[in-house]
Amino acid sequence: MPMPETLLHTSLHDRHVALGARMVPFAGWEMPVQYAGVIAEHRAVRTDAGVFDVSHMGELEVEGPRARDLLRSALSNDVDRLSLAEAQYTLLTNEDGGIVDDLIVYRVGDCSYLLVVNAANREIDYAWLKEREIHGSDVRDVSDECALLAVQGPRAIERLGLPSAPPFTYAEAVLDGVEVMVNRTGYTGEDGCELLCMTEDAVQLWDAVLERGVVPCGLGARDTLRLEVCYPLHGNDIGPDTDAISAGLGWVCALDKEFEGVDVLRTVKAEGPERRLVAFVMEDKAIPRQGMPIEGGGEVTSGSHSPMLEVGIGLGYVPTAQASPGTELTIDVRGRPRRARVVKKPIYERED
Amino acid sequence: MTAAESYPDDLRYHSEHDWARVEGDEATLGITWFAADALGELVHFEPPEVGANVTKDQSYGEVESVKAVSDVIAPLSGEVVAVNGHVIDAPETVNDDPYGDGWLIRVLLSDPGEVAALLDADAYRQVLESQ
Repeated sequence: MPMPETLLHTSLHDRHVALGARMVPFAGWEMPVQYAGVIAEHRAVRTDAGVFDVSHMGELEVEGPRARDLLRSALSNDVDRLSLAEAQYTLLTNEDGGIVDDLIVYRVGDCSYLLVVNAANREIDYAWLKEREIHGSDVRDVSDECALLAVQGPRAIERLGLPSAPPFTYAEAVLDGVEVMVNRTGYTGEDGCELLCMTEDAVQLWDAVLERGVVPCGLGARDTLRLEVCYPLHGNDIGPDTDAISAGLGWVCALDKEFEGVDVLRTVKAEGPERRLVAFVMEDKAIPRQGMPIEGGGEVTSGSHSPMLEVGIGLGYVPTAQASPGTELTIDVRGRPRRARVVKKPIYERED
Repeated sequence: MTAAESYPDDLRYHSEHDWARVEGDEATLGITWFAADALGELVHFEPPEVGANVTKDQSYGEVESVKAVSDVIAPLSGEVVAVNGHVIDAPETVNDDPYGDGWLIRVLLSDPGEVAALLDADAYRQVLESQ
């Protein structure tokens, strides 16, 4: 993909700069990586509530009497199980069983679905679905019309004055004068929601959320939060060359129905994957980083410092023989062997 | 509590954002406020071993924040006589007090003549302004 000459800005760009955010390029966008600091923002989300501007993410609408047929054959999870106002985590797969993207699909009407996709894959996903469009289905990229704020944390819903609701559902609401779609989804492992609004309303919504005492958080904290709870990041932990079974995402693959690449996934499942995506915690003092070799043929796909556990943590692929929790791993940290241990996912879980 | 920006006049500086406090034939080394701020809150210090030799302009260790890793460049050459264990246990000390409790190592200088080539605080501030 050629690098864009100028980075895109979300409608909240001026707000981020005014708050003193450190802005970095991300998937073609200039985004806040941190405001006060990654660790403080991370802890705000674990203990209270934080808000992330994730308006760079893509939104695709799939509509028409045969929209469901299109999604049934393109997505790994069982879209037939979605009732109106429900959402589902699912994968867009290729013929090799690889992961084109991971996304959330919302059923927004009898014949109408909304897909929220990774920023870096917006154009790929759109082209992918457009190519597979069937008579009676229509795919539209509505990303530019939508802004998305993720409000996450144990006090997020309370601070927004919203009623409690089951995860993976949504409701339409008016929040401090702004019409929003309140999605009970997120990428932090905490309670909370993702608020979808019209782009022109984003500044008003952002200001209202901050006014309610929610802490602005950048992509740095978003990454450490998702890593602690072992949510894979597309482009790091999963991608077109990795399959869902090896990645531990078999639970979002309805292998009893037909979709692109399902035969490959059935075979991997039946034979057992050769390698698996595992979570690990460092036993030695060191911070694992993406790309570091793991002794025995593995590789770190995501690594960082855990602000909650205050140790190095990561995800990586290892041969199946090394994948059981408790297995000791040796990671090559810039030439130094450092010990880690495979743990059960998630790495971090709140004690309630 | 993160320190406010400062570059004390009694220190000597290296353009790679390191400082040295020279006392006789020994020097205490650390990274400047600018380096600590650019990295963000430090979460790891990979130190050299006591007894190892460090060489002017070359890396003697690594500091890491949540997002980034950075080599630490030696402003002077010498033998490591002490490593700040407090920073190993609590790396954020470097952000809180980069020129005091956040020092990194102490070296016995092998060539005290190297000190003359280091920058004073004013010259280092000019390096920052030109970046």
